[in-house]
Amino acid sequence: MSLDKAPHEQGQPKVGVSRRNFLKRSSLAFSAAIAITPAGALLNTSEAWGLEVKGLKPETARTLILIARDIYPHDRVPDRFYAIAVRPWDTKAASDPATAAEIEGFIAGLDKAAGNGGYVGLGWEADRVALLREASSSNAFAMLRADLVTSLYNQPALWSIFGYEGESFSKGGYINRGFNDITWL
Amino acid sequence: MAARFSLDDESVVVIVGSGAGGGTLGNELAQKGIKVVILEAGARHEYDDFINNEWASFSQLSWGDARTASGSWRVAKDFPHLPAWIVKAVGGSTTHWAGASLRFQEHEFKTATTYGNLAGANLLDWPLTLAELEPYYARAEEKMGVTRTGGRPGLPGNNNFKIMKAGATKLGYKECNTGHMAINSRPRDNRNSCQQTGFCFQGCKWGAKWSTLYTEIPKGEATGKLEVRPESHVAHIEHDASDRVTGVVYFDKDGKIQRQKARIVAVAGNSIESPRLLLNSASSKFPDGLANSSGQVGRNYMRHVTGSVYGLFEKPVHMYRGTTMAGIIRDEARHDPSRGFAGGYEFETISLGLPFMAAFLDPGAWGREFTTALDSYSNLAGMWIVGEDMPQETNRITLSETKDRFGLAVADVHVDDHANDIAMRAHGYGQGRKLYEAVGATRVFPTPPYPSTHNLGTNRMSEKPRDGVVNKWGQTHDIKNLFVSDGSQFTTGGAENPTLTIVTLAIRQAEFIAAQMQQNAI
Ligand SMILES: Cc1cc2nc3c(=O)[nH]c(=O)nc-3n(C[C@H](O)[C@H](O)[C@H](O)COP(=O)(O)OP(=O)(O)OC[C@H]3O[C@@H](n4cnc5c(N)ncnc54)[C@H](O)[C@@H]3O)c2cc1C
Ligand code: SF4
Repeated sequence: MSLDKAPHEQGQPKVGVSRRNFLKRSSLAFSAAIAITPAGALLNTSEAWGLEVKGLKPETARTLILIARDIYPHDRVPDRFYAIAVRPWDTKAASDPATAAEIEGFIAGLDKAAGNGGYVGLGWEADRVALLREASSSNAFAMLRADLVTSLYNQPALWSIFGYEGESFSKGGYINRGFNDITWL
Repeated sequence: MAARFSLDDESVVVIVGSGAGGGTLGNELAQKGIKVVILEAGARHEYDDFINNEWASFSQLSWGDARTASGSWRVAKDFPHLPAWIVKAVGGSTTHWAGASLRFQEHEFKTATTYGNLAGANLLDWPLTLAELEPYYARAEEKMGVTRTGGRPGLPGNNNFKIMKAGATKLGYKECNTGHMAINSRPRDNRNSCQQTGFCFQGCKWGAKWSTLYTEIPKGEATGKLEVRPESHVAHIEHDASDRVTGVVYFDKDGKIQRQKARIVAVAGNSIESPRLLLNSASSKFPDGLANSSGQVGRNYMRHVTGSVYGLFEKPVHMYRGTTMAGIIRDEARHDPSRGFAGGYEFETISLGLPFMAAFLDPGAWGREFTTALDSYSNLAGMWIVGEDMPQETNRITLSETKDRFGLAVADVHVDDHANDIAMRAHGYGQGRKLYEAVGATRVFPTPPYPSTHNLGTNRMSEKPRDGVVNKWGQTHDIKNLFVSDGSQFTTGGAENPTLTIVTLAIRQAEFIAAQMQQNAI
């Protein structure tokens, strides 16, 4: 099962999660949606995707997905796209210990500030965003936000949710496809 | 057949850069039978290779070598390593450009006289008048196929334009139309007409938009007098004891140092790289850089007063469909100090795709205030403000501590907004908001300047050698066979997009160079 394919393009998840394991790791909505497998991968059964984590702790990768959503919240965008946006950090962390340490340190700081249950344990978006605001002057936050603005929005598969049609040359441009179709003015 | 000249050929004219200025000058000279070598730092991508994808196209074409930014302008904070958006490829920024092609207004050649003494502004009249340039403007418009000139029809308006037009009418603006665009409104010059694909900033895959890449350059090559050498980065210009330039030293595509001899050198690397090259060419004879006896090389950097206004509507707009700059309002372009500033500005429609919109709408912003704007992406309409900014001696290109991969000092771009710039931008934002609200916008966003696309003034033209770097022909005051052929010649910036004027000056300069060569004056 891959992150880059839409759920309808792939079969049911192959990696099994025992119900017990699933429940143990997920007391809240977000962590219920994204489970951590015993092998340390992330698994979202309802959206039918999985993410292998190589350079970061699986918990960190999962928290990053929620942070990505809290930074750029779009209610109609599934977690899958946020997971894809997070993946380059994991890849970079796998080969660059300094990046790994910076990200782990940043998340550890947020978890500590969040108290029991950590960042993902904060059930209300407003509470999480308040923590992010406090952390927003840090270098780590600036780096995460700056990377995310490309890694999230530069996914062609996500553009249709926003009504952006992308590449148009192969379709002959818009000359016969509504470049001047406004009627409501 | 494209020519091939030897490195020792002392009779060639060497042009640095193949964009609006260099590409045009190269073709014009070749048409007159003069041998030309264009050295271009970037690679050659023909228009079939262009990509309808913002970031992918940006990596393909844009200048990504290091630059630094300083000063209090917001770009230095938002994009400290990307002060300007300029192309590094054959065709230069005419691959990315939108095609808006406007003549300067008469008073814009005489700003010192017209605007008077503005504290901090280094205003100077051009050593040229509109009347002198008019015949050359007409030739440039013909060459580029500019719409609404020479009997060529305008382009059809897209949705983004229709909103602008409706708002302009509500505000009582009179001069609003689909612009003077170097985009074919009908097939012309063996090129297609515009298919409204909406990726003008990513290179026109139809070839409908003028670019030196597929007009001037192949035409020049067809004469057998022009050679374009891509991936050739000029490091410095050399001179002899008699104060004549003798050639250039460059890094070829394999990173090897080469020396091309020349009878004449013309610098057209755009207004950041051109002064950088002159400064990097300092020698014991010219310790402050070539052609810099005035100390003005790199100074008076201008990038137009810019900013964008995006309006969000209840119903879809799909602003990205069709030409990126699909319309213009010229009513604010006049000089009318009663608005609280000197000079004027234009409104031009603009559109960014979702990836660029996310990066540029409000750089650094995050959270729901920001994302709810993007949620309504398809309901946004956009306009760009482009106005005259004040030349200031302290706004300048200097050599940075940072070095590029060849070990050459890169350019630092320092800008502080002038009070006049700030007042003009605020006026533009205000009028833009009124315009969109007049047609029912539910939210309006003032977007700060993008990395500069119009870069001007850093080798300014002046009557007197002590006031500037080049004379009215773009010939440096200090060195007779050294020319500047791009927007860095501009004495002041005008309210208009600069390229038509750059091309106009290049056509005129080619005549001057040819005549001087014939008389053996250079
Ligand atoms: C997105 C965008 C939209 C624009 N829209 C418009 C518009 O609608 N209307 C308008 O009038 N203008 C527009 N412009 C601006 C326009 O593109 C420039 O004003 C114009 O191309 C500048 O011409 P130039 O010859 O000075 O430099 P360029 O066209 O930038 O060419 C300079 C060339 O020199 C090369 N070079 C630099 N240094 C060296 C070196 N040391 N050795 C070898 N080669 C070198 C560069 O690689 C580059 O290819 C736009 C620009 C951008 C980026
Ligand atoms: S909108 Fe027209 S000019 Fe712009 S890229 Fe498409 S075809 Fe070319």
